[in-house]
Amino acid sequence: MNIDKKIADDLVANDISFVTTVPCKQLAGVIEEIDQRDDIFHIPSNKEDEGMGLCAGAWMGGKRPAIIMQNTAIGVTINTLATLIQFYRMPLPMIISYRGELREPVACQVEMAVHTKALLNQLNIPTYHFHWQRDVEELDNILKYTFMCSKPVAILTDANFWGGYGDQ
Amino acid sequence: MIRSEILKEIAPILRDQLVVCNIGIPSQELHAIDDQPTNFYMLGTMGLASSIGLGLAIAQPKTVIVIDGDGSVLTNLGTLPTIGNNAPANYILMIIDNGSYGSTGDQPTYTGMKTDLAGMARAAGCDNVVEVQDVDTGAALQAAIDGGTATVMVVKCDSGNAKMPVITMDPVVIRDRFMKSVAG
Repeated sequence: MNIDKKIADDLVANDISFVTTVPCKQLAGVIEEIDQRDDIFHIPSNKEDEGMGLCAGAWMGGKRPAIIMQNTAIGVTINTLATLIQFYRMPLPMIISYRGELREPVACQVEMAVHTKALLNQLNIPTYHFHWQRDVEELDNILKYTFMCSKPVAILTDANFWGGYGDQ
Repeated sequence: MIRSEILKEIAPILRDQLVVCNIGIPSQELHAIDDQPTNFYMLGTMGLASSIGLGLAIAQPKTVIVIDGDGSVLTNLGTLPTIGNNAPANYILMIIDNGSYGSTGDQPTYTGMKTDLAGMARAAGCDNVVEVQDVDTGAALQAAIDGGTATVMVVKCDSGNAKMPVITMDPVVIRDRFMKSVAG
């Protein structure tokens, strides 16, 4: 299975046509895949809270958005999640590279990894963790769930899911 | 002129347009001067008005006017390259540059010192950047609307705020009536 293609296919199948990204090595393939899709407008952002602002605007303009980012961004975006996405009740699928988990080579990444689920839990953000490749089969359901409930939803994808950091 | 005087003057121009308005006193002033369902008031999240407006302008064809401030643009400077490389023709970013953080007590920002927001916008790739004096705002805004090209306006004015009530409207109501206006 090509995970990058599967993720992009699921986004398109759920009518997601506006995607902003802040890169991570693990996300390089999916970002490249999204960039090639004619039915997705890909707009890279410089910081993840900026990206969430873009997504909020796109949604109010009638497009279904998504953000692709690293879990370190949870530290950057807590205020935006609470006072924009949640306060105005907007749907936002967040496909997140979950750095600092099993098969992570960089110790510093673990420092945010240990806070990631706790922070998402504190924010009452529905959170899913993809550890095995087959976990991607749930993505379609998660996207439908996100737009059903109009909430930000986190999909954490760790190094094992991607086939090992840098090994993919 | 201070910001509220500018907003009063341009209210008739803004009335028929989609407006994304910056957090704090700017939104309170616009809400008190001329509340419209076509206004999206930011009640939190400093700095993201320009980004919300950009996403909105890309997603649909109607003109989008963002009313932002110098302090808010400074807190989200990454927005300028994103605008410079992506802004569609229906996007107008109007930065009311009074050189101060108005909502927090008029503490000075760096744009009242050596920092030049118009120069930063140009360096970030924004092709059409206009510097405007407060008294000329209405004419410049109308020209930007009529011009049909992405525009960044830097409006220089005096520091100061009008005393207006806090917006108590439910955020979901603000968002819902705004989305209906966008779609209508």
